Amino acid sequence: MEEVELFKNGKRYDGRTVEELRHVKIKAHVLNDADGSAYLEWGNNKIIVGVYGPKECIPRHLASPYGAVVKCIYNMSPFSSLGEHGRSGPSRRSRELSMVIGQVFENVIEREKFPKAAIEIFVDVLQGDGGTRCAAVTAASVALADAGIPMKDMVSAVAVGKVKDTVVIDLDYVEDSQGQADCAIAFANRNKEVLLLQMEGEMSKEDMQKAFELASIAQERLHQLQVEALKEVYMHINEGDAFVDI
Amino acid sequence: MEILDQLKRDTIQSLVSAGKRADDRDNFSYRDISVKKNILEYSEGSALVRVGKSQVLCAIKIGIGEPFPDRLDEGILTTSAELMPLASYLFDPGPPSDEAIELARIVDRGVRAAEIIDVKKLYISENKVFVVYIDVYVMDHDGNLIDAAGLAAMAALQCTRMPKIENGQIVKGEYEGKLDLLKDVTTHTFAKVGNTLLIDPCLDEEKGMDARVTLGITDKNTICAIQKWGSGSFSQDELFQVIDIAFKKRKELKELIDNA
Repeated sequence: MEEVELFKNGKRYDGRTVEELRHVKIKAHVLNDADGSAYLEWGNNKIIVGVYGPKECIPRHLASPYGAVVKCIYNMSPFSSLGEHGRSGPSRRSRELSMVIGQVFENVIEREKFPKAAIEIFVDVLQGDGGTRCAAVTAASVALADAGIPMKDMVSAVAVGKVKDTVVIDLDYVEDSQGQADCAIAFANRNKEVLLLQMEGEMSKEDMQKAFELASIAQERLHQLQVEALKEVYMHINEGDAFVDI
Repeated sequence: MEILDQLKRDTIQSLVSAGKRADDRDNFSYRDISVKKNILEYSEGSALVRVGKSQVLCAIKIGIGEPFPDRLDEGILTTSAELMPLASYLFDPGPPSDEAIELARIVDRGVRAAEIIDVKKLYISENKVFVVYIDVYVMDHDGNLIDAAGLAAMAALQCTRMPKIENGQIVKGEYEGKLDLLKDVTTHTFAKVGNTLLIDPCLDEEKGMDARVTLGITDKNTICAIQKWGSGSFSQDELFQVIDIAFKKRKELKELIDNA
């Protein structure tokens, strides 16, 4: 890939400042059959999430008498990248992401209310441009709320990283692949607990502090967008079918 | 679920025998259809189609590959369909189901049999040809995925760009002209419930149907593909009736994709 000047005169290669997020658009309730759903655009990321449940847990031996089981499947579509056509089905990467995203929501969902049940979260990345796991968490949170599943909190996530020795927020694919570090962070909105944290690359402690600072500010903004998306659906009576507005 | 399905089946069948449909349509009307082209930036072509509550996305990717040994001067066309678990409680994660394979094959057959794409033009150089991937992604399932997928594939192909080639390699994100299309195809699906024929069955009607037939129609009202499904049967009269209706409906659908 062509090398680009990632950071120059206080601006990033796409013209953003260090603390500037890409454009984020969230729409709740975009599918008709799913109990809850959301569509999210985050820069060039396009992600759709469908939630089913609480429903009977199949296979039964996975069910727990103490609370609902949260199943999450994160999936990249084969046409999601600018590069070659990919393979469909789970990869090692998507299996890992499914697990950590599922764990985020195991934390906030009031699982004890639904013993022996399952709650399914399906995340499909239609187009990926860096930061899809964070976008997935942010969208899934809206979809779960849309499904009316009781949660202690809303969750939003954002990536922080380092390019050209500068800590920046919300890395896109180019910055992610050519930069020095990338760190995905998911916060619970209410108490700012960290529910997901994955880092790759080299960052000092000071860098991490700066990263958390930037991420906290962005998280507030994302939470606001999530709430607005839900209000858009539930403040008015919506007639007609739900639809994905890509 | 089985009891519920049986009840739905009974309700649909008694409705249809009384000359009604679950959503008050007449027997040969499609639900509202919307087509939106160019919805993704990273794929060469894309479209999102809604037929009633069904939502189907189709994305076209173009790559470089080796030709088949018996067709060295022809490009390759591959179609796949995924019934994503988020689309319906009926779909589970895992390898493609029979239903998904059938859907992909019907879409593929339509495009291939109508000879929409001139595969000879996909030749690049010796042992190097373009591969056109047609990916059908079902996002919301309320019946008649075949027509929705067929429309989405056709609309996506119509807005497909050709990648730029330099030194025998694709230059990512740069394009040169559009994919040449010789014709177009529309598919029309009819369900048979009891002795009644219905176009564009919704999911409940699909549960109540005994048989289903899909017709692929291309330019000059040529039939290019047919697929029958189910244990029920069609009489010859019925088949010719649906062919005539499909010819009429083709105009409606063609306008929708051409003007999208």
